Amino acid sequence: MDPKLATVAETITAPPPRRIWPAIRRFFAAPAALIGAIGLIVVLGAAIFAPLLSPQDPYDLMQLDIMDSRLPPGSESFAGVPYLLGTDGQGRDILSGIMYGLRTSLIVGIASAFAAALIGTTLGLMAAYLGGRIESFLMRLVDLQLSFPTILMALMVLAILGNGVTNVVLAIIIAEWATYARTARGTALVEREKEYIEAARCLRIPGYRVLLRHLLPNCLAPIIVIATMQVARAIGLEATLSFLGLGASVTQPSLGMLIANGYQYLLSGLYWISFFPGIALLITIVSINLVGDRLRDVLNPRNAR
Amino acid sequence: MTTSLIRRLIQAGFVIFAMTLIVFLGVNVIGNPVDILINPDLNQAERLKVIESLGLDRPIWQQYLSFLHGLTQGDFGDSFVYSRPALDVILERLPATLELALCAMLIAIVIGLPLGLYAGLHPNRLSSRVIMTGSILGFSLPTFWVGLMFILLFAVQLGWLPSNGRGETAELFGARWSFLTTDGLLHLFLPALNLALFKTSLILRLTRAGVQEVVSQEYVKFARAKGLRENRIILVHILKNLMIPVVTIIGLEFGSLIAFSVVTESIFGWPGMGKLIIDSINLLDRPVIVAYLMMMVVLFVSLNFIIDLCYTLLDPRVRLDGKG
Repeated sequence: MDPKLATVAETITAPPPRRIWPAIRRFFAAPAALIGAIGLIVVLGAAIFAPLLSPQDPYDLMQLDIMDSRLPPGSESFAGVPYLLGTDGQGRDILSGIMYGLRTSLIVGIASAFAAALIGTTLGLMAAYLGGRIESFLMRLVDLQLSFPTILMALMVLAILGNGVTNVVLAIIIAEWATYARTARGTALVEREKEYIEAARCLRIPGYRVLLRHLLPNCLAPIIVIATMQVARAIGLEATLSFLGLGASVTQPSLGMLIANGYQYLLSGLYWISFFPGIALLITIVSINLVGDRLRDVLNPRNAR
Repeated sequence: MTTSLIRRLIQAGFVIFAMTLIVFLGVNVIGNPVDILINPDLNQAERLKVIESLGLDRPIWQQYLSFLHGLTQGDFGDSFVYSRPALDVILERLPATLELALCAMLIAIVIGLPLGLYAGLHPNRLSSRVIMTGSILGFSLPTFWVGLMFILLFAVQLGWLPSNGRGETAELFGARWSFLTTDGLLHLFLPALNLALFKTSLILRLTRAGVQEVVSQEYVKFARAKGLRENRIILVHILKNLMIPVVTIIGLEFGSLIAFSVVTESIFGWPGMGKLIIDSINLLDRPVIVAYLMMMVVLFVSLNFIIDLCYTLLDPRVRLDGKG
């Protein structure tokens, strides 16, 4: 088909894009969404600018002083720098540790949720569009996958591949892709029957193009919502696995690892080593969930217009 | 009915077979068993001897066949750490995990159901809003961190409850249980509460959604019009119709409680299967890992099969031979 004609045909057949500004304004109409967004910005900012903002580089051994170890929150270092949230067993500033730990946690969460979304959505759309044997095989696989709890799938992957951050990311992808596949297929099955897809097919636009330019953009809303929530779930799962000693390495601790480090001091009442990283984890997860919750309301076509 | 049942059974068998293949290939091909199984201090001749005695020099399909053969006999090989059959090591920890999971489920029902009922019947009261916000926290709070905070508060600061181990146990049906002694119950309380947290929120939200759906039904309005007492309406007309989805979820989630007990057991030093598998992964105790994974696969496939079966028995509209 003439490429020019294809473009014309697509502009005719594809539904008009939603306007973005009213959507953003509607998003912030709910106070919970605003709180979530602010929390998320604070968390992201702390992670991205950790080297600039943190009082101490927790990985630079030169800056650590064993004399400063296990200080309660609010005490000062030998040099007079305050440790707002106290120090851990090696004399690391907890606040700085949290900022750097957030980096690992966020990267793992975002990377695994994104990769799982990519794989799951592709397979789900393919299943819906191609149908037949491929569809029933893929959906059986999804059913099977979803009948096992996430943590069990993750344990299975880690037991086979061994510990480490990369393997945790892989484990989360393998444990989570099925959710996306099911959602993408569900949405695509509805969209597939609509007139613009039929029109695109009548114009003999090639299959992959129909999939990518027509079907995918209209299935994106629920996938974005799930992906947001999954980032929070992935961060929680990574923290859990790291806490169990199966995840992040000691040289690049995530929040879960920091909490695990404080575990041994907990029984002697040194609460702050575990407590504050946990609060940071909580703020991160709740903020993302609040934002995701609001996204679902705003992007739901039933509530739109 | 019978044919579709048999078909489901064959499917379940096929899934288990596929998982044996995945677990076997995963552990034996991706990981290198020679490195894992053999003491690195041995010299070359001794190494070869051990490889031969473990059958690792044979072609992979032969190894798989002997693995399958062992499986049918319940023989996963001996644990490297305990030097006893791997399955025995796991099975003797099963009661501890079962006890913990059952207790957690009980707590989740006892707390979640009434609160969900209340929040559903009076959706606009402030207390209902507080309950619902609390349930969001129950979903968002990482279980392991809450467990640590429980220890900090109840064991370290207040000193009310112990935080480690099972305490005193008593024997019943040939296994040892904590819930039969006072000391054991005290030890059981914190881990069970911790494990129950997530499921409580789940049951609470499910109950509330169900109540709101049922309350607006004609038969509830009719019962009110008849002048029945409110208690009777709630207990007979609302609660009864609510039980089907709630019972389903309880059945479905029981398996996931056993899986998630991995976290809780590690925190509270509860000597169950979950703590065992984490220790085994860290110590590379391969037979125990394989035995645990296969046991879980069989457990979940059977659970799903039983739930499917219950659906058809309870609701004749659901047909097993429908396209899954």
